[in-house]
Amino acid sequence: MLDTLMLSRIQFAANISFHILFPAITIALAWILFYFKLRHDQTDNPIWMRAYRFWVKVFALNFALGVVSGITMSFQFGTNWPGYMETVGNIAGPLLGYEVLTAFFLEATFLGIMLFGINKVPSKVHTFSAFVVAVGTMLSTFWILALNSWMHTPAGFEMRDGVAHVTSWMEVIFNPSFPYRFAHMLIASGLTGAFFVAGLSAYRILKGDHKKAPRLTLKTGLVIAAVLAPIQAYVGDLHGLNTLKHQPQKIAAMEGVWETERGAPLLLFAIPDEEERTNHFEIGIPKLASLILTHDADGEIVGLNEFEGDHPPVKPVFFGFRLMVAMGLLMIAVAWTGCYFLRRRGELPQWLLKVVVGMTFSGWVATLAGWYVTEIGRQPWLVTGVLTTADAVTPLAAGNVGFSLAMYLTIYVILLWAYIHTLRVMARKAVEVEEFETTTPQKEGTITNLPGATQEGQA
Amino acid sequence: MNPETMTFNEWLPVIFIGIMGLAVLIYAVLDGYDLGVGILLPMQTQDELQRDTMIASIGPFWDANETWLVLAIGILLIAFPAALSQIMFSLYIPVAIMLIGLILRGVAFDFRAKAAVDHKLTWDRVFKSGSLLTTLSQGYMLGQYVMGFESGWQAQMFSLLSALGVTAAYSYIGAAWLVMKTERDLQKRAVQWTRKAGRATLLGVLAVSLINPLVNPGVFDRWFTYPLVMFVLLIPTLTFAGFVVNDRLLKRLPKENDRHCRVPFFLTVGIFLLCFSGLAFSFFPEIVPGELNIWQAASAPESLKFIFVGAAIVVPLILAYTAFSYYVFWGKATELKYH
Repeated sequence: MLDTLMLSRIQFAANISFHILFPAITIALAWILFYFKLRHDQTDNPIWMRAYRFWVKVFALNFALGVVSGITMSFQFGTNWPGYMETVGNIAGPLLGYEVLTAFFLEATFLGIMLFGINKVPSKVHTFSAFVVAVGTMLSTFWILALNSWMHTPAGFEMRDGVAHVTSWMEVIFNPSFPYRFAHMLIASGLTGAFFVAGLSAYRILKGDHKKAPRLTLKTGLVIAAVLAPIQAYVGDLHGLNTLKHQPQKIAAMEGVWETERGAPLLLFAIPDEEERTNHFEIGIPKLASLILTHDADGEIVGLNEFEGDHPPVKPVFFGFRLMVAMGLLMIAVAWTGCYFLRRRGELPQWLLKVVVGMTFSGWVATLAGWYVTEIGRQPWLVTGVLTTADAVTPLAAGNVGFSLAMYLTIYVILLWAYIHTLRVMARKAVEVEEFETTTPQKEGTITNLPGATQEGQA
Repeated sequence: MNPETMTFNEWLPVIFIGIMGLAVLIYAVLDGYDLGVGILLPMQTQDELQRDTMIASIGPFWDANETWLVLAIGILLIAFPAALSQIMFSLYIPVAIMLIGLILRGVAFDFRAKAAVDHKLTWDRVFKSGSLLTTLSQGYMLGQYVMGFESGWQAQMFSLLSALGVTAAYSYIGAAWLVMKTERDLQKRAVQWTRKAGRATLLGVLAVSLINPLVNPGVFDRWFTYPLVMFVLLIPTLTFAGFVVNDRLLKRLPKENDRHCRVPFFLTVGIFLLCFSGLAFSFFPEIVPGELNIWQAASAPESLKFIFVGAAIVVPLILAYTAFSYYVFWGKATELKYH
């Protein structure tokens, strides 16, 4: 039987995993939409408007799911982790507060104008709304990652009577791991959004869509992915080095290093065994882990045995890391192959379109795998060196938490199914009819320079 | 605490309970009307167009409306973490149910517009039941709060009554919103809904107002102490007058040229404000009735100052662009179309 701690952890993981799926898309998609709208304002090319009109609907769906799952998140701290707020509330509270104040209202209000106001405000105000929504999503990322990073590498505080008090807000916000984590997450979102856009566009083309808009958005997605994927590998490496400095036990678990060693191999595969404190079935490249992490083939990597009793569970961190890296490499390969074909032939062959469709949610897999590595890698601490997860949990009976967890899981499964089903319906609808209601703005006269009805069929 | 000798650090919890009160009140009004619209959704096949209009009337706003709840809970988290822990411990299950309700209605709103046509009715049902689940659990929580989180059968009965009362109140403001935002047949229907919901709300308010001072001796003393009693009795008097005036006016709506169509909504907002003041007057400065006051539950002053600076700058901005959004979508909702 699972206890309150384990159930609360599973519930938190379930809620935040479900939640992050949607912001991971919307953070990037907001900027992509702003780009579409801006290009339309600049060029008067209606294809940009059609692209915008389809994707803004997809955005709205993602945003709604993000909002409602985010409300659940805001209650989680109070319901299941009272020790968290009581110990570090002086830090977590204001950071969360700034997220609500500077980001949530901004996004939600201007999204209303962005979605429903196209005929009610001048085009410039509408474009500005798209910009504000994009800024809002980034502000939100900024604050929540500042808090999350602080939990990994706390700084700028002192403990008085068991409660954290701030000594410097600058040090709290710009704590040692924050810049790396923030950059890593933004690019992760960029990749998630890019493959999402490319995948859904490829799906439309495969379903027989002859219009230009999906081809344009496919190209946009692939180009963004091709640029961001290698940058992400570099930023990820920097993030890893930062982790090695501040949380060496996490790196040891990621690399599956038990005994401190020089010239550690990069393990491509292994099955870590925590009982016997060793790996089985190791396949590795000699000295590469040391070379990557210390930039010296004989560099020393501190092993898990130095942290016995104070290191994270090894298996999920070890495999999660490999899954994330594998996804990243696959992304580079697909994005670059796609760009190669676009350059040489101007379009993708059928088989590659299918691969791109298969990669639609690859960003989700990589993002979740990465988050599991870093968050499980922080265990047994909730705030490194300050508060353990076990000390923060609610004294509620396990039955209550089990009940709420069962409810959430049921709802999430249904919603995820409905979400993917609805995306398919929307994509298929867009194959048959042009992004609907494109004619309305002409009558209103607010969106200028759309083509006449005769050009309708060409785009 | 004596206001004249209080330091700024001692004022901070008062300021934050003020901001939180504001957030809760704005939430109750704003999400109140869109939850109310959800509850009132007519489910017959021939009502589909009316459902579209009703949902269109709240389309641009619901996201931001729900954010006030996040702000309210955020301030509780920031400023009064000890109170949050106690309240959430007592209300764990109703909170989880409310969250499920909020999730369901939020997603139904978007799915209904985008899903295959044959699923639309299903999502409308989800929207309606999600709204109902949310308002019932919020009302139940309010009842539990007033009863000091007791679990006896009297407290449960009172909480169930409160659940119905809050649901009626949200329907009241939702219906009044529709009187303001719609035309023709739907508006006529909304006028009827408003009258019925108004009467139900009046019953709920009366019941809660009578039971609250009877079960909480502290509340009784507070309300019925001479000479304050002369002044504070204005609150129930005005509330009652608000209900009566609104009911009389609704009887004559809709008028020619749609005169006075906005009055019921703003009268209802006034009633919400009065009821809220009454509740606040009953408990301030206690934040967990009988257990904790705002000074005992407050966070460290340096943290409150840090967020206070931000709030002082940002909250007026939020109010400004919220007003801008209402200005953009001013007028009847029939013109609103999804994209």
